[in-house]
Amino acid sequence: MEYFLQQLINGLTLGSVYGLIAIGYTMVYGIIGMINFAHGDIFMVGAFVALISFILFALTGISLPIVLMLVLLIAMVFTACYGWTVEKLAYKPLRKSFRLAPLISALGMSIVLQNYVQAAQGARIKTLQPVIQGGFNFFKESDFVVTLSYLQIFIVLVTIVLMAVFTLLITRTALGRAQRACEQDRTMTALMGINVDRTISMTFIIGSSLASVAGVMFVMYYGVIDFYIGFLAGIKAFTAAVLGGIGSIPGAMLGGLLIGLIETFWSGYISIEYKDIAAFTTLVIVLIFFPTGFLGKPDIEKV
Amino acid sequence: MGKDLIQKSLKDSLFTGIIALALFGPIVGLRTVAKNEVLVVEPKWFVVLLIVIFCAVGRFFINLYTFRKEQRRGEQSSFGKAVSNFLDEKGAQIAIAAIAFSIIFPFMPFADRYWMDIAIMMMTYIMLGWGLNIVIGLAGLLDLGYVAFYAVGAYSYALFAIHFGWSFWICLPIAGLFAGMFGILLGFPVLRLRGDYLAIVTLAFGEMIRILLLNWYELTKGPDGLTGIPRPSFFGLPFKRYPDEGVETFHTFFGLEYDPMQRIIFLYYLILILALITNAFTIKIRRLPVGRAWEALREDEIACKSLGVNPRNTKLTAFAVGAMFGGFAGSFFATRQAFISPESFTFIESAIIVAIVVLGGMGSQTGVVLSTIFLIGLIEVFRDFESYRMVAFGGAMVLIMVFRPRGILAKRKPTIMMGKHG
Repeated sequence: MEYFLQQLINGLTLGSVYGLIAIGYTMVYGIIGMINFAHGDIFMVGAFVALISFILFALTGISLPIVLMLVLLIAMVFTACYGWTVEKLAYKPLRKSFRLAPLISALGMSIVLQNYVQAAQGARIKTLQPVIQGGFNFFKESDFVVTLSYLQIFIVLVTIVLMAVFTLLITRTALGRAQRACEQDRTMTALMGINVDRTISMTFIIGSSLASVAGVMFVMYYGVIDFYIGFLAGIKAFTAAVLGGIGSIPGAMLGGLLIGLIETFWSGYISIEYKDIAAFTTLVIVLIFFPTGFLGKPDIEKV
Repeated sequence: MGKDLIQKSLKDSLFTGIIALALFGPIVGLRTVAKNEVLVVEPKWFVVLLIVIFCAVGRFFINLYTFRKEQRRGEQSSFGKAVSNFLDEKGAQIAIAAIAFSIIFPFMPFADRYWMDIAIMMMTYIMLGWGLNIVIGLAGLLDLGYVAFYAVGAYSYALFAIHFGWSFWICLPIAGLFAGMFGILLGFPVLRLRGDYLAIVTLAFGEMIRILLLNWYELTKGPDGLTGIPRPSFFGLPFKRYPDEGVETFHTFFGLEYDPMQRIIFLYYLILILALITNAFTIKIRRLPVGRAWEALREDEIACKSLGVNPRNTKLTAFAVGAMFGGFAGSFFATRQAFISPESFTFIESAIIVAIVVLGGMGSQTGVVLSTIFLIGLIEVFRDFESYRMVAFGGAMVLIMVFRPRGILAKRKPTIMMGKHG
């Protein structure tokens, strides 16, 4: 029971990270119908920006809450630049091209980002000293002490706040309306006087900032990153997006939590060597038997 | 060309500079290095400054000289069309010339060990490209896990050759069959998915196979890899300087001096023949009903269904045939290296093969050759700049997609048409 509870806590934390990345996939898919293969690497760039800022702020001696806010902000801004640029360079010219062209371009972009970070920052893994330490312990008298660390609380809280802000943004603002309109019919939206290009750019900026927040959390939670983390995290987050129903934003969060739980329980109870297989198997099973996910709309092919 | 334009361009290039500063400032400008087990930041502002100036100035000149002209994209340029037409007309002669060149290549005066190794590597990629071209180019299925079949071929060849001591020529078809069977096994559940979902699922399968190879220690020796894979022999004549007692070797049989190059040249011809078989097979099968069904399926799946073509079986044959050739190439790889480990079968290999096929122009056999020479050449040229070569590679992928989404040689003409072309 205690073990189960611990896995649940860990799973929810991990799931928050995946969920934030998954939103980027699902938004881009909803609006331009492509799988943004480079999104995982955008997340990786966010983690690196966070790592660098943590090291720099450690020298200044600013108090922890302000540092956290600043790092989140810096990571969001700089990573958003990456998302914006990638869209402008690699996807925008291909918007009217055949279906697989943007996917291949995204693949190329993902290779570029990975190797660029490797060249600029070195191939060795980077370790960050723990930023937030300590936590609550439960069941102290049993054999297995369940720990809920402050860091985990921080991660889940930030995710909840961001989700709330983001939901408001999508449902209540002009930008959100424009975006939902673009998802339904881009040509018609353009005729209504909405700048479609700008809306798509904003989608990439928002998606990348959320991914960068996931990057900040990843680097704090694991404390170890390298230039390759985006690949696996990207696939898992994509699985989350599909599981929740691609195109659906609450679905992405739900899918993220589920993938986080599946992965933690798999490595907790079955086999830790094959923990990545768990995500891949889920992906395959979901796509084959359940392609619309939990909250997705069925995909009807028109002739 | 007024003041307005210059002002606009200046503004735009300033903006580009700011964005470049934001992009490269933290990642390039603040390099994290470990000192005494603690990460510290090492500033590199000069490099960032150079990059930013380069981006801004470059943007300024691009703006001035193109007058912000919208490029016509998605269409094949006149140059590409001319090359394509030229190749269509003189295709047969060029192909013969190319084959003749590849046959005499080992005897060229400059063909030393280094060139032969590159030639063998290129041939392997050409063969893989031709194999994958069946799946992507003909049947239109984007397979991002092709390396899985390459791996299955390599491992099944290695395991049969090591444990049973069977010769290359017996193990080769077995490895191909195994890979083909895997193709059917993996393809069966997933082939009804749409294009981009299929791509992701095949990617997942490719990674699953690699993780399996990495962790199934009893069979695959995990990350240590399999060593001592037998080298191929020339119809039973081994290439050895000091053969075992009573065994005739290649050089004694033909009365030659022993030279390690003999084995390299033999390997070269081996992969050349294997690649040409792949090519001949593809050219033939395109004209058969199943090949025509692949091309039709690529163009319009719903129309095919209504005409009574079974999409799943048709796709499955393409997948299996492509996988089989991947398996052949894998067994060649195993016998050439004499050592294989899961490290050789990472996702990046799949990406390279996909890039070769797509950049060459899906469905074009000549395109595969051209883009292999271009891309593998690019990776070779950048060999001394180890960390930048994959950046250049990925950049080339993006650029070609942006400027020529159909690839260098786009061939969408059906192989067989009714009417006067028929």
